[in-house]
Amino acid sequence: MPSRAVRSASGEAAATWALGDREWSSRLIVGTGGFRSLEQMERSLEASGAEIVTVALRRVDPLAQGSVTDVIDRLGLFMLPNTAGCYTARDAVKTARLAREAFGTDWVKLEVIGDDRTLLPDASELLTAAEQLVADGFVVLPYTNDDPILARRLEEAGCVAVMPLGSPIGSGAGIRNPYNIRIIVEQASVPVILDAGIGTASDAALAMELGCDAVLLASAVSRAEDPELMAGAMRSAVVAGHAARRAGRIPKRTHALASTPEDGTPEL
Amino acid sequence: MRVVLNGESRELPEDSTVAHAVSLTGASEVERGIAVAVDGEVVPRGEWEGRILSEGESVEVVHAVQGG
Repeated sequence: MPSRAVRSASGEAAATWALGDREWSSRLIVGTGGFRSLEQMERSLEASGAEIVTVALRRVDPLAQGSVTDVIDRLGLFMLPNTAGCYTARDAVKTARLAREAFGTDWVKLEVIGDDRTLLPDASELLTAAEQLVADGFVVLPYTNDDPILARRLEEAGCVAVMPLGSPIGSGAGIRNPYNIRIIVEQASVPVILDAGIGTASDAALAMELGCDAVLLASAVSRAEDPELMAGAMRSAVVAGHAARRAGRIPKRTHALASTPEDGTPEL
Repeated sequence: MRVVLNGESRELPEDSTVAHAVSLTGASEVERGIAVAVDGEVVPRGEWEGRILSEGESVEVVHAVQGG
C-alpha cells in the first residue's frame, strides 16, 4: 500500500517522493523538445511545476539563438541529459560520458532506440548500456519497453528507476497496455515513471492511477496548440491521478449498486 | 593539419589544441554545458589547453539543446 501523504488544505498531496538520492515534490518530468521558442518553453515549464527537465546533447551550432541551459538555470530546474538518437550501447555510453562532462551530473535518461520509424527501445542494447553506465557510477533512468521482464532486468542491473513507454514517442496514443504497466508497478522496488506516448491529461492521470510514481512527457505539452495551458493541465492530472490511486477506487461492476438506501422509501 | 570538427573537415595549424578547436565552433569558452570528445573519448575541460590535436582526429563539441 502506498504511504499516506500529508494533505494540504486543498487536498493535494504534500508528500515528496524519492528518486535517486534526492526528494522531489513534483511527479511531472518535462522534456524540453518540440517547443516553438525558448520563451514558450520557459512559460510552459513554469506552468508545469516540474522540477526535473530533460535536455539532449548536440553539436554546437554557431547560428543558434539563445541557450536552453540559461532558461533552465533561471528557473532553477534540475537538468536531466538524455541519450536521444543513440542506436547502440556504445554510442549511448559515450553520450552519457559527454553529458556528465558538460553538466557535471551523473544522472542520465538512457535511450537506446532500435529504428527511427518506431523509436522503440532496443532491449538488448539498452540493457548492455545500463549495465556499463551503472558500473561507471551513473544514476541511470532507462526509457524502456512496457515489458515487465525487461523492467526487472533493468532494475537488477542497478537502474534507479524504470521508465516504460505508454506508446511510441510523440505518438500521443496514450497507454496502450495498462496491464503491463500495472505488472511493472507491482513488481518494481524502484520508482516507475511512465515515459512517452502521453497525449492528453487523462493519459497522465491514468498513469498515476495505475500506480506509476511519476510521468515524463514532452510532445503532449510542447506540440499542443497552447503548450502553457496544457502544461497546467498535466500538472493537475498528475496530482489528481496520484490522489485517486491513494484514495482507492471502487471496483467496476456490471450492474448498478444504489447509493441511496431502499429502507424507509415511502409508500405513495 | 586536417581534423574533422563537428563533422566537417577543417585545416588547422600544426600543434592546434582542443581549446583552439572549440573556439572555431563559435562556442564561448565560459559557456556552461559544453563538452568535447576527441575520437569518441571525453577530454575534460581542464585539459583543453594542453591537449594537442593530431592529423585526422575527429573532434566533437557539444552542448545542451531542447530534447525529450
